[in-house]
Amino acid sequence: MISLLRSLFYVFLHLFRKRETIQYPEQKAYLAPRSRGRIILSRDPDGGERCVACYLCAAVCPVDCIALQATEDEQGRRYPDFFRINFSRCIFCGFCEDACPTYAIQLTPDCEMGEYKRDKLVYEKEDLLISGPGKYPGYNFYRVSGLKIGGKDKGAAENEQPPVDLRSLLP
Amino acid sequence: MREPVRSIVIIIGVLFGSLTISAFLIWLERRLLALWQDRYGPNRVGPFGLLQPLADMIKIFTKEDWIPPFADKTVFVIAPAVIMVTVLMSFAVVPFTPAIQVVNLNIGLLFFLAMSSMGVYSVVLAGWSSNNKYSLLGGLRAAAQMLSYEVFMGLSLMGVVLMAGSFDLRRIVEAQRHLWFCVPQVLGFLLFLIAGIAETRRLPFDLPEAESELVAGYHTEYSGMKFGMFFVGEYLGVTLISAMIATLFFGGWLGPGLPPIVWFLLKTFVFICFFILLRAALPRPRYDQLMAYGWKVMLPLALLNLLVTGAIVLATG
Repeated sequence: MISLLRSLFYVFLHLFRKRETIQYPEQKAYLAPRSRGRIILSRDPDGGERCVACYLCAAVCPVDCIALQATEDEQGRRYPDFFRINFSRCIFCGFCEDACPTYAIQLTPDCEMGEYKRDKLVYEKEDLLISGPGKYPGYNFYRVSGLKIGGKDKGAAENEQPPVDLRSLLP
Repeated sequence: MREPVRSIVIIIGVLFGSLTISAFLIWLERRLLALWQDRYGPNRVGPFGLLQPLADMIKIFTKEDWIPPFADKTVFVIAPAVIMVTVLMSFAVVPFTPAIQVVNLNIGLLFFLAMSSMGVYSVVLAGWSSNNKYSLLGGLRAAAQMLSYEVFMGLSLMGVVLMAGSFDLRRIVEAQRHLWFCVPQVLGFLLFLIAGIAETRRLPFDLPEAESELVAGYHTEYSGMKFGMFFVGEYLGVTLISAMIATLFFGGWLGPGLPPIVWFLLKTFVFICFFILLRAALPRPRYDQLMAYGWKVMLPLALLNLLVTGAIVLATG
């Protein structure tokens, strides 16, 4: 009997406690910087698209929600002609981000993507592309890779040695 | 000419007042339970979520009103109406203020007890007519529980009747002008409180519905407004028992300063909140514990209370 009264009293005291609820639309819950939400395509520090259209993200995607078409500009840089993510299929597993060799595709801490129409969940490249480098500032794939593109010859990349002349015997 | 108009106004006022209060109890209960669980509860629909009952009502009216093909249809439909009718009938004898009372019966208390006993039919018939084993178990439990707790519910009130010398609820309130009956009748008050919780089938005595054991007990098969009637009937019952506690043990409308109706509603409100606190804090007893508790503890205590009160009343007056 005493224990019943005691529990009544303790439960009553909860009236004056701080609430646990986060009042969602007005207050936002804290999302960790690495939490997996809306997918974006980032740009390198020079403003060029990072994506080299290697299809690795589309290949690794377990629900096949990524579609893209590779193409090449006049300088020899590969980029996606179109890049389409169907977010009504996406399960936000983050495999695409892991697979991406150029840090182009990234998941952001934003999960407010509700729509009334399914079609609106299909994001095209202009919806996905952001203006900045995202989580990896300062990284530029074409500046560190050995690939030859217009304006950067072989051996001109950062920390890259000049190419070896295979036909010469000189050391 | 004036008298009939006045009583019609009172009848309509009491009817709509009690129904509105019980509808808003749904909001109040959810809100208070949330507060006691460190949450906010419904606070979106209208200011402080006060329009939540309205939203619930729209929802429940637009639900499909389904009668299972295996149910006993007539009884199935009547059962939810019975609980509403019996509880609303009881409100007829509640003296809200000296001026506001639907009918002043000289056996008001007996009428209240009779009507609350009739309420058990609703639950039992609902459980029976659903033709569902869980519903039937709920109905059986309800019958046993209500019968056991009815006995000492009546007996616990006899002390009040002895002290006031009347079954007339208005006379009982008037008899508390100098001292509320909760002081000399403290045992009777506690017994009536426990019996009242059991009568309204509120937690911790909600064994007839016991959602963790019996799906939803006697109203498992109910949907739409029929379920809504059980729901509102339960809240009406809570309001009624709180009003009766206020009337019988806490001096009804008596109190200094404020108008009588405010005092009455205030006292009722406190007990409604207490009922909700019980729900927030206490676990449900086992069925055999409930029965043993009723017959072996509460009934002897009620008889003892009656005996001692009788002896004192006889000796002093």
